[in-house]
Amino acid sequence: MSAVDHPAPQHEIRERFGFLRRSYAMLIKEFIQLRRDRVSFAMIVMLPVMQLMLFGYAINTTPHHLPSAVLLQEDSDLARSILKALENTAYFRFLYEVHDVEDFDNLLKSGKVLFGVEIPRGFERAVRRGDRPALLVAADATDPVAASAAIGSLGMVVQTALKHDLYIGDPPEMPFEIRAHARYNPAAASSLNIVPGLVGTILTMTMLIFTALSVTREVERGTMESLLSMPIKPVEVMFGKIVPYVLVGFVQAFLIIGIGVGLFGVPVLGNLFLLALLSTLFITTNLSIGYTISTVVQNQLQAMQMSMMFFLPSILLSGFMFPFAGMPTWAQYLGECLPLTHYLRIVRAIMLKGATMQNLHFDALALAILMLLAMTIAVTRFRRTLD
Amino acid sequence: MNGGNGIAIDVKGLTKSFGGREVVHDLSMQVKRGSIYGFLGPNGSGKTTTIRILCGLLTPDSGEGTCLGYDIRRDAEKIKRQVGYMTQRFSLYQDLSVRENLEFVARLYGLADARGAARDMIKRLGLSGREEQLAGELSGGWKQRLALGACTLPSPKLLLLDEPTAGVDPKARRDFWNEIHALAAEGLTVLVSTHYMDEAERCHEIAYIAYGHLLVHGTVEEVIAKSALSTYTVTGEDLNELAAELTGKPGVDMVAPFGTSLHVSGRDVAALEASIAPWRERSGLHWQKSHPSLEDVFIELMGRSKDNFQ
Repeated sequence: MSAVDHPAPQHEIRERFGFLRRSYAMLIKEFIQLRRDRVSFAMIVMLPVMQLMLFGYAINTTPHHLPSAVLLQEDSDLARSILKALENTAYFRFLYEVHDVEDFDNLLKSGKVLFGVEIPRGFERAVRRGDRPALLVAADATDPVAASAAIGSLGMVVQTALKHDLYIGDPPEMPFEIRAHARYNPAAASSLNIVPGLVGTILTMTMLIFTALSVTREVERGTMESLLSMPIKPVEVMFGKIVPYVLVGFVQAFLIIGIGVGLFGVPVLGNLFLLALLSTLFITTNLSIGYTISTVVQNQLQAMQMSMMFFLPSILLSGFMFPFAGMPTWAQYLGECLPLTHYLRIVRAIMLKGATMQNLHFDALALAILMLLAMTIAVTRFRRTLD
Repeated sequence: MNGGNGIAIDVKGLTKSFGGREVVHDLSMQVKRGSIYGFLGPNGSGKTTTIRILCGLLTPDSGEGTCLGYDIRRDAEKIKRQVGYMTQRFSLYQDLSVRENLEFVARLYGLADARGAARDMIKRLGLSGREEQLAGELSGGWKQRLALGACTLPSPKLLLLDEPTAGVDPKARRDFWNEIHALAAEGLTVLVSTHYMDEAERCHEIAYIAYGHLLVHGTVEEVIAKSALSTYTVTGEDLNELAAELTGKPGVDMVAPFGTSLHVSGRDVAALEASIAPWRERSGLHWQKSHPSLEDVFIELMGRSKDNFQ
């Protein structure tokens, strides 16, 4: 009927500049599609802004307010002066004051403090006598960058402070000796820091992508419609999609640690079983977050971009690339919300410090909470209908 | 079983809108158990949406009803266990083999012997020898057979088929319909949407839906009778010209070419005959009063509903 009413009009076809015309047609189409994909469009703006903010404000390779502890075996004015002087440098913040060597060691092992000062019994008297006693300083050198900057600043700082308090005369001569001990990594080998860190970073990246694409792929291929019409519950879909990749992640972790030990001589001082257990927890947490992403986004491109949005701060704010203690407080809080932050502490502590579950229960609990949170969001976000 | 009154689908006043556009409007229908119910209507008329509401994939904005005796709003999960839904687009896993796809469905529905059930279905479908082939590599006809097999594997009581034979060759279509009739003979209820008139004629009952409104339903004979359409078949020369001249004349509701002939139909016989009178004596044209076909009825309905709803 319509063919009778409206005969097809004849349009002229231009042959010149065919290359440009066709390219132009393609270009217009791409622009329209880009504009329709709101999430991708937002990412174009968000990703660079986020990177700039993180690199510009959050990252500072000179640590300050390093969480520190003091092992106080005598309570003297001199000891107080030294601590005050150290704290005034803004490099250190003394969070714990202990009187027992074992407590002191545990604080360092669990990563609650990165730095410790030991003031031995009879220290003040020895100084007054001119015996040059030793002030013992222990730094967690699993992150050599953070440790060396702090140790390097020590001598100068103490000297200036004591001069002010008239403990030292002119010409300045140190009335005691500072004996720094870079614990866990005395040679300050960066591979000892980086290899365990890579276990976490690589797992974050691969696990996230695996599950982030899983739901959107079903939607894009059209299989979601028939899946939804079958009697399967959202939790069942989630577990079915996560579990295979736990195995994949486990194999990856095993590979990286194996290479680290074999080629780079990274030790595994702690319990291998504990490492495997907590690694599984970390893998599952990342898979759950990836799965949550996939229930929120609409297509695979968005899933990839959203994963990047999560991966970038994970690398920058977790303490993998830059010392965690160097970041401003807000960035540290942000870092605490990322699974990688907690896993890095766990994996470094187990491999390099021989930490036990007792030292790590906070980070393990944090991982478990993040995992449950992600799973809950995923299950509630999962659409059981096509509405 | 509840709802054992011989009615498989019983819904009233279903309405569904997407983004402010009403896709299904106040739709009511009843489908008898063990019958094949054809769902016809132009593209975008709300067939797929209605089917999705019936199997719990969409929640209606208003309206109520039961499917196999279960409330379509509250018991979606129970309905899903007993309904096989074959989507318009092939929705099995293209990167799984025939056997793997069937085993997946069998396990999902909790069949005790998933492997055995898949093996039996492969035999029944005539896919023996192809069980290890990837579903994505099958031809259109085989894909559709496999999809039907996957739907019927968990022994559903109701099959919802959304344009199952689109893009399938005539031989495969005929085999498919023989299969549907065999299943219905075993007591299965089948709701099938289609564009093909020959398929509509193989249904026990049909319903015509346009722009979300269910316009007419009943057996094929009833639907034709209800249309009260009178049809003339014209053969001869210059039929295109004739079609252009007759279109829009009073009483002429539809002019449609069928091969070498032209069907001219109208509901008002007197007006129709008055309008065509000047052309009836023209030489080279042969006029014959005929029974309207189902296609005539549908094309006329389609034209009419456009007037009403656009």
